[in-house]
Amino acid sequence: MDGSHANAAAAAAGGGEGTQRTLNPYVTGNSVIAMKYKDGVIMACDTGASYGSTLRYKSVERIKAVGKHSLIGASGEFSDFQEILRYLDELTLSDHMWDDGNSLGPKEIHAYLTRVMYNRRNKFDPLWNSLVLGGVKKGPKGDEKYLGMVNMIGTHFEENHIATGFGNHMAVPILRGEWREDLTFEEAVKLIEKCLLVLLYRDRSSINKFQIAKITTEGSTIYPPYALKTNWGFAAFENPSQGAVGTW
Amino acid sequence: MARRGGDWVYENNGGTCVAIAGADYCVVAADTRLSVGYNILTRDHSKICELAEKCVIASSGFQGDIKALQKNLSAKELLYQHQHNKRMSCPAMAQLLSNTLYYKRFFPYYAFNVLGGLDSEGKGCVYSYDAVGSYERTGYSAQGTGSTLIMPVLDNQLKSPSPLLVPARDAVTPLSESEAVDLVKDVFASATERDIYTGDKVEIVVINKAGTRREYIELRKD
Repeated sequence: MDGSHANAAAAAAGGGEGTQRTLNPYVTGNSVIAMKYKDGVIMACDTGASYGSTLRYKSVERIKAVGKHSLIGASGEFSDFQEILRYLDELTLSDHMWDDGNSLGPKEIHAYLTRVMYNRRNKFDPLWNSLVLGGVKKGPKGDEKYLGMVNMIGTHFEENHIATGFGNHMAVPILRGEWREDLTFEEAVKLIEKCLLVLLYRDRSSINKFQIAKITTEGSTIYPPYALKTNWGFAAFENPSQGAVGTW
Repeated sequence: MARRGGDWVYENNGGTCVAIAGADYCVVAADTRLSVGYNILTRDHSKICELAEKCVIASSGFQGDIKALQKNLSAKELLYQHQHNKRMSCPAMAQLLSNTLYYKRFFPYYAFNVLGGLDSEGKGCVYSYDAVGSYERTGYSAQGTGSTLIMPVLDNQLKSPSPLLVPARDAVTPLSESEAVDLVKDVFASATERDIYTGDKVEIVVINKAGTRREYIELRKD
């Protein structure tokens, strides 16, 4: 019958027995780069989302504010990120409704997301994302900056600077060499732009439209998108086949 | 980007754990490097968790599972405290860990553990596990990516008596606490040379009658 056809198709596509689980990402976002600086945490990513090798969406916001104290950035499957934002909405709403003067800080949200990602992995139904969680919250030792990452199977850690996806390979070496505890906002932006530029040149799926976001004790700011200046004026690019006889 | 079958649920985040039991102390140590493939994610991630007053666990393997396992054990220890009005002893925790691991026999915690502490008589004890809960009390143990490099050295230096001897001879080492800590520093330095997943820093926890102390030693970062 029609019913059994549909079931068979679902079984073939997903985890079997008529249950459907996505085991491949479809619309994906690239790297997210983040680092702590003097006043808080800065996070940046491009605004593109690819559908395999097609650049399907060019104005996607992959960094969002969470509660009063945190920013979340995501790479990987974009619809799973939207799902995570819904979970976080529920979480921050309950937190607000307690009305007890307390609010969830970045460390708590990171711990929550780690549990969510790990538990979905346990059910073989992952949220196909690498999440970056950054924020500032007043603690016993004054304003405490926090920056952490969690990936789709629940591997998580805390660091002074983080990059997901290709950024892990290309931006992290730059950050390890040049990051300092006392970077001003302008210096942090320059450093992050250096990383974004490397990714723009070398990551096939990145685009020249970026968003930077920062979070401090005053709150979070997500700046409007902008483009970086690139330089393609190299002699070898002018006439690429000049030195090579018989190239097509 | 499709991943085959169930491969993607596990990854090995590397690292090495070592524990040595003495007459009245126990040393538990682990490096602090977290890796994925050929990348280092962070140089400063602890693999050690203090589960009870005289009981410390060090785990290497898949970090998601390690965190879940250590949280699980911590929670059960807290329940035990509420029910029995005392903290769990190391041998009790050893059995609990084995049972917890076997509970997930058909979807294992990818965690290779060493449990170290003082038993109810105040003597050092070390328990060594595989991923599904098989365990044994020994005088010393190493687990993780550098274990094959370290175990032979410990075997040579600590000369544990055969478990087949009758009457049974004590497995704990006659070395002093500081000698054992020095040995741990040496084996980690050696493992770091040849194991790409071991390095950055080693976190050494020493448990004795007076309490628990912690020290960090720098290792090669390459």
